[in-house]
Amino acid sequence: MPSTGNGTQASILPDSGHRRLPPGAIFKEAGLTAVVSLALLVPFVGFKIANRGGEQFLETRLPEVLIAAGLIFLGRIFLILVREGSLALPVAGGAVISAIGLFAPIPSAFIQAVAFTAGLVIIVRAAFMVFAARRRSSTGREFGSGFADGYRKALPWLASALIVFAVILPLMPFGERRTIDIAILVLTYIMLGWGLNIVVGLAGLLDLGYVAFYAVGAYSYALLASYFDFSFWVCLPLAGLFAGFFGIILGFPVLRLRGDYLAIVTLGFGEMIRVILLNWVSLTKGPDGVSGIPRPSFFGLEFKRYPAEGTESFHQFFGLDYSSLHRVVFLYYLILILALITNFFTRRIRTLPIGRAWEALREDEIACRSLGINPRNTKLSAFAIGAMFGGFAGAFFATRQGFVSPESFTFLESAIILAIVVLGGMGSQMGVVIAAVVLIGLPEYIRDLQEYRMLAFGAGMVLIMSWRPRGLLSQRDPTISLARAEGKTS
Amino acid sequence: MLSISDVHTFYGHIEALHGVDLEIKEGEIVTLIGANGAGKSTLLMTICGDPRAHSGQIVFQGRDITRLPTHEIMRCGIAHSPEGRRIFPRMTILENLQMGAITGNPDRFDQNLERVFGLFPILQERGGQRGGTLSGGEQQMLAIARALMSEPTLLLLDEPSLGLAPLIVRQIFDVIRDINQSSGMTVFLVEQNAFHALRLADRGYVMVNGEISMTGSGKDLLNDPEVQRAYLEGAVG
Repeated sequence: MPSTGNGTQASILPDSGHRRLPPGAIFKEAGLTAVVSLALLVPFVGFKIANRGGEQFLETRLPEVLIAAGLIFLGRIFLILVREGSLALPVAGGAVISAIGLFAPIPSAFIQAVAFTAGLVIIVRAAFMVFAARRRSSTGREFGSGFADGYRKALPWLASALIVFAVILPLMPFGERRTIDIAILVLTYIMLGWGLNIVVGLAGLLDLGYVAFYAVGAYSYALLASYFDFSFWVCLPLAGLFAGFFGIILGFPVLRLRGDYLAIVTLGFGEMIRVILLNWVSLTKGPDGVSGIPRPSFFGLEFKRYPAEGTESFHQFFGLDYSSLHRVVFLYYLILILALITNFFTRRIRTLPIGRAWEALREDEIACRSLGINPRNTKLSAFAIGAMFGGFAGAFFATRQGFVSPESFTFLESAIILAIVVLGGMGSQMGVVIAAVVLIGLPEYIRDLQEYRMLAFGAGMVLIMSWRPRGLLSQRDPTISLARAEGKTS
Repeated sequence: MLSISDVHTFYGHIEALHGVDLEIKEGEIVTLIGANGAGKSTLLMTICGDPRAHSGQIVFQGRDITRLPTHEIMRCGIAHSPEGRRIFPRMTILENLQMGAITGNPDRFDQNLERVFGLFPILQERGGQRGGTLSGGEQQMLAIARALMSEPTLLLLDEPSLGLAPLIVRQIFDVIRDINQSSGMTVFLVEQNAFHALRLADRGYVMVNGEISMTGSGKDLLNDPEVQRAYLEGAVG
């Protein structure tokens, strides 16, 4: 390790009287971590059951074990340094570890990914420390724990970093087909989570049938396209409109109910939509589903190797070689944009009277009424707008799959979307992202575990609920601050 | 300004108000005192339309509001600081105040904010703090301030002294007097704390079992032997 002399380090804890750990102690602690992890790594990573010619062998994977242990050792050192108050070294170290993950010829893609994320985690952790230290040294009267506060200040940076990462993902070396497919799936759920977040997180209406609007969106595109030949870009707004319209129809009679009762009725409506799709065979082709749904085009340019006579396809127009990846990447950016629109919309509306009324309604309906808010219309607007985003996501789902059937819209889907919102922390946008990555992304990535997937899913849920019962990020951000209010207010 | 005539209100089959008549004139502070369960809060809530009056009439500024939905009544210039404060606990003070102004004129928001901060300086100090982390007295101040943000002509206060230390109660009642005298806002105050309420009020009503049993000026009621025996036992001047 480089020397830990004070001259090379930027101290971020000005005069907290923090004593420095001697290098020996740091190595000892990091070494202990490495030994413990080694003990875990050997059985978990060290052996692999390989199938060769019908016979099963136990393969050993020594390099992976050693690399992982080495990375853990390094990471631990940097985390200790963060804890001890240095900034520059851990950030540099985190960057190095990320770089190792990206570029070093490690035999396992999984370890690459882990190393890459671990490096980022170290950097973020160091950033938190800086904010926390700044907060301690400032004289302002602030409430809330150091983590919550650091989080709030780091959030814009974290969010921009994530967006940048999402934008360049397809260009990264590990941005192969499988990764992008998973990313599309995760983003779809992030979008659904953000949509449902309006209903559950902001307005506090427990909706167990959100998948119904997803289904309405998907089927409206599927049917409009196959009966009337409408293009995706025409159907996308229509799908949102239909879903929003359904939201109003369903919401009108049920929104006088509260809590549990509302949940049960929405659950029923969710199932009704699915059963209707299943049984209205003349329109929806019932359990066979609608197939041959047209794929979206890039401003009229199709993603086909051999386009129809007289048209040009994407790769011809741009003079590229044909690659099936083009369409996948295009779909990826499409859902990314749709999801970001959902996010932007939600953040904007929270600062407007209607969004504030949603949040107030969740807190106290009686108080809201005494302030002159019409609870029914306010709830209905939340329900309809949430449904609309579900509809957009549904249309995307239909065009991505090229096929929809009622089977995609079971109660389990509603439950997963709701789990994402609840686990992430009701009303928290970043929480939804993290929960979607954990609940959707990880199980897809570790598909090799097969039947243990759902077990891990359940275990994760139990852990989160016992560790953070109000969701990962339950801190609610105020939409207005006093400094702003004294200047100019909305 | 507000006249209530022969109002009957039911909870299911149980009649809570048996024909109440009450009159509030512009610029007055009127208080309604009575024991627990007498129907004081019910009357206040009936004015707001929830529960709705079964029969009788409520007229505010010449307009019959008996059958209007609650949210429309609250947009006529009436503000209600409900029993138990009912502030929004996860929202900051500032956001709570924004909610109070939601039906008001946005151009006057800054001005109104300044006014309530003038009345309750502690709220300005704590502007970014969440409502749920405030003390009981601060929450009550916030509830009143929130009600004032819509610039009402009639302010309905439901037991603002509930569960507060005597010093805070005095402070809050001083502010109520202040609001009334400086801007001429009409105040209808429902209180258990008969002594403070009657001292503050121009006129008072006494409610017993869903009926008005007595009415008079605040001072007269304060000196009335029956009122003293029933509601002022042990109160110290």
